[in-house]
Amino acid sequence: MDFKEYQEIASRIRVDIVKQVHSAGSGHPGGSLSAADIVTALYFKEMNIDPQNPKMEGRDKFVLSKGHAAPVQYAALAEKGFFPVEELLTLRKLGSHLQGHPNRDKVPGIEMSTGSLGQGFAVCVGMALANKLDKDPGRVYTLLGDGELQEGLIWEAAMASAHYKLDNLCVIVDWNGLQIDGKNDDVMGVKPIDAKFESFGFNVLVIDGHDFGQIFDAFDKARECKGKPTCIIAKTSKGKGVSFMEDQAGWHGKAPNDEQAKQAVEELGGTL
Amino acid sequence: MAEKMATRQAYGKALVEIGKENPNLVVMDADLSKSTMTAEFKNEFPERFFNMGIAEQNLYATACGLALSGKVVCASTFAMFAAGRAFEIIRNSIGYTRANVKVCATHAGITVGEDGASHQTFEDLALMRTIPGMTVVNPCDGVSTMTLMKQVVEHDGPCYVRLGRASVPTFYEEGAKIELGKGNWLRRGDMATVVATGIMVSEAMAAAEELAAKGIEVGVIDMHTIKPLDEDILVEAAKTGAVVTAEEHSVIGGLGGAVAEVLVKKAPCKMAMVGQQDTFGESGKPDELKAKYGMTAADIVKAVETLL
Repeated sequence: MDFKEYQEIASRIRVDIVKQVHSAGSGHPGGSLSAADIVTALYFKEMNIDPQNPKMEGRDKFVLSKGHAAPVQYAALAEKGFFPVEELLTLRKLGSHLQGHPNRDKVPGIEMSTGSLGQGFAVCVGMALANKLDKDPGRVYTLLGDGELQEGLIWEAAMASAHYKLDNLCVIVDWNGLQIDGKNDDVMGVKPIDAKFESFGFNVLVIDGHDFGQIFDAFDKARECKGKPTCIIAKTSKGKGVSFMEDQAGWHGKAPNDEQAKQAVEELGGTL
Repeated sequence: MAEKMATRQAYGKALVEIGKENPNLVVMDADLSKSTMTAEFKNEFPERFFNMGIAEQNLYATACGLALSGKVVCASTFAMFAAGRAFEIIRNSIGYTRANVKVCATHAGITVGEDGASHQTFEDLALMRTIPGMTVVNPCDGVSTMTLMKQVVEHDGPCYVRLGRASVPTFYEEGAKIELGKGNWLRRGDMATVVATGIMVSEAMAAAEELAAKGIEVGVIDMHTIKPLDEDILVEAAKTGAVVTAEEHSVIGGLGGAVAEVLVKKAPCKMAMVGQQDTFGESGKPDELKAKYGMTAADIVKAVETLL
C-alpha cells in the first residue's frame, strides 16, 4: 500500500470518530482525531495482529493509555474487522460493549481497560516484561496523551522501562499541546518532552504525527533499537481534519451537534 | 502452643514452596523485599523476581500487565502503600480486569509499632473489600498463612492478603483444615461469640480463657477471609445471642462492618466491635500500643461483658 491508501483508511476512521461521538452525544473527539494517523499506522501496517484470532500467541499488543480517545481505537478495530462497523454507533449507550473508555472484557482486540491516565503505560511495562520472560516475540505499543505526562505514574513506568531494558516496548506521545483546561504550557508545562524521556533512558524520536512516511520510519527505528525502550514523540493537531475543531481545547470532550457533525463528516470526505 | 512466627515470615517461606511447584509464579516488590520477606523468593528464583523500586503505583500496574500476560503475581509492599497509595491502580487496573494479582501487604496495623502513625494502616481491609471481585484475607498465624497462600495463588483472580510485622503465636497444627472463604471455630461457647481476624485471634483466645475462668463460655471464630465472608458461620454465631468482632483495623468498614452488614440482614443480635477507634496511632512498642488503643484480650473481655 502507498501512503495514499493509509490516508484513506485514516479518513474513514476520522469519519467514524465524528459519527460515534455525535451518536453518543458525548465523548472525546479532539484527541481521537489527533491520534488517527498513528493508530492507523499501528493497526494497518506495524502490528502483527489477527482480527480472526484476537488472542493469537506472539501477537503485538497496543494499549490506549489515553483511554478517553476510545473512539479512534474502536473505529480502527472495526475497520480492521474485529467487530462490525455498524456497532460503532452504540458507543457509550447502555448495554453496549463500546464503553466510554476501553474495556478489554467487552471488545475483541482491546488489550487493557484504560481511562485512568498513566496506568495503561505502566501495565505495558508488565506486558513487555512478561514477553521477555517468555521469550515471546510480540512487541508492546502504548499511546499517551501529552497532558497525561503530568501523571507521576508515567515517570515511574518510564524509569522501570529503561531499567529493565524493554526494547520490546514502544511509547508514542500524541503531542497536540492541548488538554481540557487549555494549553499544556498554561496548565502544567510538560516540555521538554524529548529531553525528559532521553534522560530516563529512552531512544527518542520526534516526528510529524500526521506524516505516514515519518510514522513508519519511526516504528522501523524503534524495532531496530536494542537494549532500551523507544519513545516516539508525534507532533499532532488536536481535532485534525475538522476545520472548526483543529487546535481547539474546547473540542477535547464535547460532542458535535447535528449541523456540526454533518459539516465535520463532509470535510472528512464522508456522509452522515 | 507452638513457636511464634510473624505472618510475613510464613509468607516468605510459602512463596519459595509455591515457586518450586509453580513456574508461573512471579514475585514483585518495591524496595522492601527484606522486610516483606519476598527476598527469600528472589534468592531462589531471581529471574522471576522484579524489584520496582520505591514506586508502588507502578508496582501494581506492572503486576497487572504480567498477570494479563498469563503470570500469577504476588506483589508486596507495606499495607499503607499497597492498599493506600496504590488503591486506584488496584481498583482500576487489577480489579476492573480481574487480573490474577495477589496484593500481599505486610506491616499492617498498630503492631508496626515504632514507625508510628504514617505506617500504621487501619483502612486497608475497608478499602480492599469495596472492590468488586477482590478476595480479602487476613491470616492469624504462620500455619494458616502458608495454607491460605497456596489457595490464594490457586484462586484465579485478584486477592488482598494482609500480613503482620510482629511475631504471633501459632494456633493451627500443620495440616489443619483451613479453607479460603470459610471461618473456623477455634473454640465453642454458648453465651457469646468473638469473631476475630489476623493477630486478634490470639487475643480472642486469651479473652475466652479469661471469661471461662469467670464462668462465661464464649466461642471464637478465626475469620481469616473477610471477603467473601462466611455468612453461614456468622448466622450460627448469632445464635449465641451476642457477637464481638476483633480486628487490628479501624472499627469503620473492616471486619466489624462486614459482619454487621451480614447480621443486620440475616440474624440481628447484640454486637460490639473491638479495633482501632476513629483515630491515628503513634510510635511505641507493639504491646504498649495494643493496650493504649484498645486491641487486647482485656478489651475483648470488656466488650463481651458489656453485651451480656
